[in-house]
Amino acid sequence: MRFSGLRVIKEGLSGNKGWTPHWRNPEPKSEYDAIIIGGGGHGLSTAYYLAKNHGMTNIAVLEKGYIGGGNVGRNTTIVRANYFLPGNSEFYSHSLKLWEGLEKDLNYNVMHSQRGQIALFHSDGQRDAAVRRGNAIRNQGDDVELLSREDVQRLLPYLDYEQARFPIYGGLLQKRAGTARHDAVAWGYARGADQRGVDIIQNCEVTGIDIENGAVKGVQTTRGAICAKKVGIVVAGRSGQVAALAGMRLPIESHVLQAFVTEGLKPCIDHVVSFGMGHFYISQSDKGGLVFGGDLDFYASYAARGNLPMVEHVMEAGMTLMPMIGKAKLLRSWGGIMDMTPDGSPIIDKTDTKGLFIDCGWCYGGFKAVPGSGYSFAHLMATDTHHESAAKFRLDRFRTGVGLMDEEGTGAQHNLH
Amino acid sequence: MRLKCPLCGERDRREFYYVGDAIALDRPTPDAGDVAWDDYIHNRDNLAGVTRDLWYHESGCSAWLVVTRNTVTHEVLSTALASDVKRGAAK
Repeated sequence: MRFSGLRVIKEGLSGNKGWTPHWRNPEPKSEYDAIIIGGGGHGLSTAYYLAKNHGMTNIAVLEKGYIGGGNVGRNTTIVRANYFLPGNSEFYSHSLKLWEGLEKDLNYNVMHSQRGQIALFHSDGQRDAAVRRGNAIRNQGDDVELLSREDVQRLLPYLDYEQARFPIYGGLLQKRAGTARHDAVAWGYARGADQRGVDIIQNCEVTGIDIENGAVKGVQTTRGAICAKKVGIVVAGRSGQVAALAGMRLPIESHVLQAFVTEGLKPCIDHVVSFGMGHFYISQSDKGGLVFGGDLDFYASYAARGNLPMVEHVMEAGMTLMPMIGKAKLLRSWGGIMDMTPDGSPIIDKTDTKGLFIDCGWCYGGFKAVPGSGYSFAHLMATDTHHESAAKFRLDRFRTGVGLMDEEGTGAQHNLH
Repeated sequence: MRLKCPLCGERDRREFYYVGDAIALDRPTPDAGDVAWDDYIHNRDNLAGVTRDLWYHESGCSAWLVVTRNTVTHEVLSTALASDVKRGAAK
């Protein structure tokens, strides 16, 4: 079933009876060429690109819960490519290019909206750092503009320009950055993979990874054993547990990150606004809710809910930046489980077990990476070589100290990112 | 979340700074090699369940605590002074 404007009109006139499920609900087979553990955004995009780019269609995605029920449905939907360090820079640049062609590629409306992201700065020193970052982004070939205080005031008239603690000196604008409908990204990739023959198996938890003579043979699941010579682990916050099934310990600590949404309001915030000094960022969803978030709660957690001190901190930051937000009523808050690495950058690599691959460590920035991560992880699983956009996301960088990517410059140590 | 400092009693979470896994009490020797140090600094069991972490009573008595806690429910099971834990382990 292809989506088109004509089809929408036709279905609208005939009672919407012709729509079919977006993907099948198959029973797991006893053997596949490859298994992806984890049916989140990254796992589904990996399956999609394995099928599309590498012709591997006899593959399965095993999802413990349901499609769209994990972090891919719990994030704040921001898409950008404004990284500084080599390694990250080329990866997010590639991912943003994939985003720009995604809806046509998937024949699916993921509501990708390039509304622009503005990262504010508040001192001369921060302006210099922003200029340096901006130059790095331009060197990578991506767009960015330096905004003066007056430029920011024209674009974001609702900020508090009188406050003394963090006076607004200007901002860095990336026009190609923006948001996307997170659920639709999961659904679109699931549908695209399914159409190419991939089995998406929900309610199927992996309980064991079978390894013989240093090579992976398959997995044990709550729906029986499944054989495969290639297995990819793409399970975000649960990476530690699944890797432990293969006897691995990872450089990952799982933390909780909270997010918030207000009642639906008329359009008032046209961009994504990042207030780094307050650890606060905000955008407005197409339904009208103000979607915003802050920093980690800063303790290891799998609870998928946070504590009140961080709620208070985020609200304070919001009130500091844009006092008008105080008029809005908070509708919901929730927490997601973040797979935090010591340097704050991800891992896409082989493991010591032949045929076993891992894609993890996306910290609190995994959503924008969904296309790029799947694309490069599929490349690694299919060809056994790293894709050029993700060649530096190596697992051994922590042991050797070579190639650490610490964007914040705070040190490659847990609890600093 | 509230933590019971053995010296100050039960206090608000905001008084404490989370340091991470209590693996920090088992520092390898300087010549233990890169694998041992990688395990110590970076690699974590990262359990969903009962863990032991180090917290620093930053806005209180400055004591280092070992907190036994459930990462799934946020239930705090016990707290102890890190110095006592370390001394106990050495015995």
